[in-house]
Amino acid sequence: MFPEILRRLVATIPVMGVVAIAVFALLHVTPGDPAVIIAGDYATSEDIAKIRAKLGLDQPFLTQVGIWLGRIVRGDLGTSIYSGLPVATLIGQRAEATIALTLFAMVISVSVAVPLGVLAAWKKGSLVDRAVMVFAVSGFSMPTFWLGFVLVYIFAVSFHWLPVQGFSPIERGFWPFLRHLILPAVTLSLVYMALIARMTRASMLGVLNEDYIRTAFAKGLAPRWVLVRHALKNASLPIVTIIGIGFALLIGGAVVTESVFALPGLGRLTVDAIIRRDYPVIQGVILVVSGVYVLINLVVDLLYVVLDPRIKY
Amino acid sequence: MAGVSRRGFLAGAAAAAAAATLGAPRVHAQKKGGTIRFIPHADLKVLDPVATTAYITRNHSYFIYDTLFGTDADLAIKPQMVAKYASSNKGLKWSFTLRDGLKFHDGAAVTAEDAVESLKRWAKKDPLGRLLAAHMAKIAPSDRKTFTLELSQPFGLVLDALGKPSSNVPFIMPARIAAASADEPIKETIGSGPFKFVKDEWQPGNQVVYVKNPDYVPRQEKPSGSTGGKVVNVDRVVWRYIPDHATANAALDAGEVDWWENPPLDFVPKIEANAALTTFVTDPRGTQGWIRPNHKHPPFNNKKARQALLYIVDQPKYLKAAIGVEKYYKPCPALFTCGGPFESAAGAPGKPDLDRARQLVKESGYDGRPVVVLDPSDIALTHGAALVTRELLSQIGFNVDLQAMDWSSVVARRAKKEPPQQGGWNMLFTWWIASDVINPAVHAGISGAGDGAWFGWPESGRIEELKVQWARATDRAKQKQLAEEIQKVAYDEVMYVPFGQWVLPTAHRKAVSGVLQFPAPLFWNVSIA
Amino acid sequence: MVGVVVLAIIALGGAFAPVWWTGDPLEMRPIERLTSPVAGHWFGTDNFGRDVYTRTIYGTRVSLIVGATVSILGLLIGTTLGLVIGFYRRLDAVMMRVMDGLMAIPAILLALALMALMKTSVRNVIIALVIPEIPRVIRVVRASVLSLREHTMVEGARALGARTPRILMFYILPALAAPLIVQATYICASAILFEAYLSFLGAGTPPHIPSWGNIMAEGKTYVQLAFWIILFPGLFLALTVLAINLVGDGLRETLDVR
Repeated sequence: MFPEILRRLVATIPVMGVVAIAVFALLHVTPGDPAVIIAGDYATSEDIAKIRAKLGLDQPFLTQVGIWLGRIVRGDLGTSIYSGLPVATLIGQRAEATIALTLFAMVISVSVAVPLGVLAAWKKGSLVDRAVMVFAVSGFSMPTFWLGFVLVYIFAVSFHWLPVQGFSPIERGFWPFLRHLILPAVTLSLVYMALIARMTRASMLGVLNEDYIRTAFAKGLAPRWVLVRHALKNASLPIVTIIGIGFALLIGGAVVTESVFALPGLGRLTVDAIIRRDYPVIQGVILVVSGVYVLINLVVDLLYVVLDPRIKY
Repeated sequence: MAGVSRRGFLAGAAAAAAAATLGAPRVHAQKKGGTIRFIPHADLKVLDPVATTAYITRNHSYFIYDTLFGTDADLAIKPQMVAKYASSNKGLKWSFTLRDGLKFHDGAAVTAEDAVESLKRWAKKDPLGRLLAAHMAKIAPSDRKTFTLELSQPFGLVLDALGKPSSNVPFIMPARIAAASADEPIKETIGSGPFKFVKDEWQPGNQVVYVKNPDYVPRQEKPSGSTGGKVVNVDRVVWRYIPDHATANAALDAGEVDWWENPPLDFVPKIEANAALTTFVTDPRGTQGWIRPNHKHPPFNNKKARQALLYIVDQPKYLKAAIGVEKYYKPCPALFTCGGPFESAAGAPGKPDLDRARQLVKESGYDGRPVVVLDPSDIALTHGAALVTRELLSQIGFNVDLQAMDWSSVVARRAKKEPPQQGGWNMLFTWWIASDVINPAVHAGISGAGDGAWFGWPESGRIEELKVQWARATDRAKQKQLAEEIQKVAYDEVMYVPFGQWVLPTAHRKAVSGVLQFPAPLFWNVSIA
Repeated sequence: MVGVVVLAIIALGGAFAPVWWTGDPLEMRPIERLTSPVAGHWFGTDNFGRDVYTRTIYGTRVSLIVGATVSILGLLIGTTLGLVIGFYRRLDAVMMRVMDGLMAIPAILLALALMALMKTSVRNVIIALVIPEIPRVIRVVRASVLSLREHTMVEGARALGARTPRILMFYILPALAAPLIVQATYICASAILFEAYLSFLGAGTPPHIPSWGNIMAEGKTYVQLAFWIILFPGLFLALTVLAINLVGDGLRETLDVR
């Protein structure tokens, strides 16, 4: 199995290369010139030229790409044009909130959606099934920020049960940390929940029709035992896949959710940077997020082996 | 400008908003320590107070830097870092001596050289600073504590320049920093101010942290504006940047923050209804809204086309759309602000008259080309003004191309001198606080310097001439007469069209006390219970 | 079925908005700003005194146009590229690495970055939303092509001397129609949502063209004072996307995709 992991790790390199080049190319055809903004309100065109030269913006495109790739390989993501802080530092400041938010949302969605999906499949066609499916489709259809505002309005503004906004790092206590995350994580988890519930139901339906499940039921085994021990285990492959693919969805949702709840996460960092044309930050964050995405999908691939004894490397 | 009383402008509104907490100067609370959590109006991105006029950078700088002179609540200029000063030779020679005990955050004592280098750097960029520099023969330290300034010709605004309260403020930084980076942003944030900047906790886009500077020696006088003793009562100030107003409002409501710098006026009645909160007008002189045409390109390179704008702007209509809550605004034709020492209606257009405007557009020979109007859609007040203007411009025959963008894009775009079709623009909207437009010397919009003028680049030799005369006038009556003259020419040339004046209250928990009146939020004298 | 009906009502309502509703979605009446829903202003007014009902109805058109155009363009471009890539083995390996790379960038970030490059307009929103969808369509198409390529029917056609374009057009494309139509409905639904996200983050449809997204974006500030500004467009948006998703699910079952 180890050579296989290695092979796959190596295979991610060209993928990341494409990401790096795509992000770089994208931002360098932009008409907005960061040098103008940095130069300040009274800048002359000489000042601007000086700053452009300092940032390397006056170099030919391919040279800039080369320099950029070279730096990434050395692990240097550059420094923010505005604040002058290293991009790695900025990402470090913001990573905790985003990781906590996405993980928490993932835990909530999986722990709610998988049982719901199983239930819906087991009671196929019943009222429960329909309710779950309507819930799942609705989850897809609701704008995340809209739901966020509704939840804030109810739980934070009206009842004062939970904080409205902000983030409390875990080292300042677990309860404050959790309290700040509940509303954003629930908001974010809805879409994901919908996706997983649908997928769980679909793949459970496939499995429940298999002979060995029918046999198990016929033998009089407890339904819970059959569902979890036999059916869910065999239905888990597509579910795991969708968890991996859905990560991109989570990141997308996190961008919006962080805005609603004023969470200091990577999503807001990127949105700010995009609006300000802070190239190094945009490039750095997109690169890191995409890298994480690729890694997660790699892990998902490898999980196949654990979950499906038929696949052997 | 000393001796101008704080009368007049919007006194009613300011008083109404402040009635709950403000008698005269606020009660000086004795409570020490604590942290104030503050929502600033923007994210702090640029740390250099000379590189940008952005108010957020100015506000940040008031924490960490000190100034030679300050401006008090009545606009009087008083010494701050300066212990004593004197002028001789009919005001052509000045000497300034720094007070004792001034220390930078890195431990070094503040010297006359630091002051000189900081002033030199500031005078390269700031309009009033440049005016001062143009009249200056020499500025140099004469000993460790004292520096002298010699003028080549009379200049009536030396103290006004050194005590300038708003962007760009002549803050004092170590000479090694000021001198080393004259043309590029400073890299260190070391001042001698009452707070220190905590760089490790600075998270751009999220938070800025300041701590009390224990080594700061405040003056003995009572604080007023940026003058008097800067006594710090709290241990820490944390800025939390929350761009979404609904979220910010909810956070204040729930007591998760203590002070919200800039609540939109629609939120004010709700805030005032909350027993734990109060509102306070920190700058009763208010803010002036502008419609600025670009003088460089057609159609507004034509004077008649510009004058048409004078007849479409119905200030109450704009104010209603942009500000909304009536008690906070009022129409005002005075370019140097209503309530300021140079208030005047000279040259202002009469009632709005769309027929006249239409006629002027026709006479200007407008050819139907699209008029590119920049609409900063993320800022409610300029967005409202832009939407109203779009309607009115179409009504008088202009073909309007309203381009919506966020404020930072406007800031980048407005610098472009190219024709509108090649990335330039025809019209923009902005606002300035009264201190920045209160007289001809500081007013960025009234300049006829062409390419050297503020965005929009009007050309008028007459204005430039009058401004120099104004700056050299040392007699108040003469200044007043010249200011009126300048206003007439500015209206005739349509440097810009004001769409009204308003005040913006700040909102904080009642636990916060001692907030000073000033154009920027100041954190000394403030306590939290 | 329910989905089709709801969708039809919403689409007709939007398409004929100017015919049966004479209000101007941009007309400002500052005196009536932030009025709660009453007769005359069924959905209340916004912070400039504009009628939220009129704006929401007009917004329908923009949202549906964005949804439809993005799905059609995404499908056309994606299918064309997918067919070509799937059929030419040499291209395949390289292009799929490129696609993997592009797909690793979260769609919303890619769309935001694209919007930052262009000025806000409906056309540019469409472009920014189509680009992230293309690699996804390509994947679906390519997967089908790979399995169909070795299919006996295609082998047979090739043996009879059919040229590649002909094989693609007449043998492979029809087999792809069902999954692609289903895919199109999902793209349409997500494009409508993404338009709202972009507008919410300040990089979407320009404010003088009301869309559900930018009505809510402007209303978000007032959520505690005038919840109706975001409530109604939000409901319309959720209902429409729901209807489209239901249609997609219906099609999937009817056409028996997967």
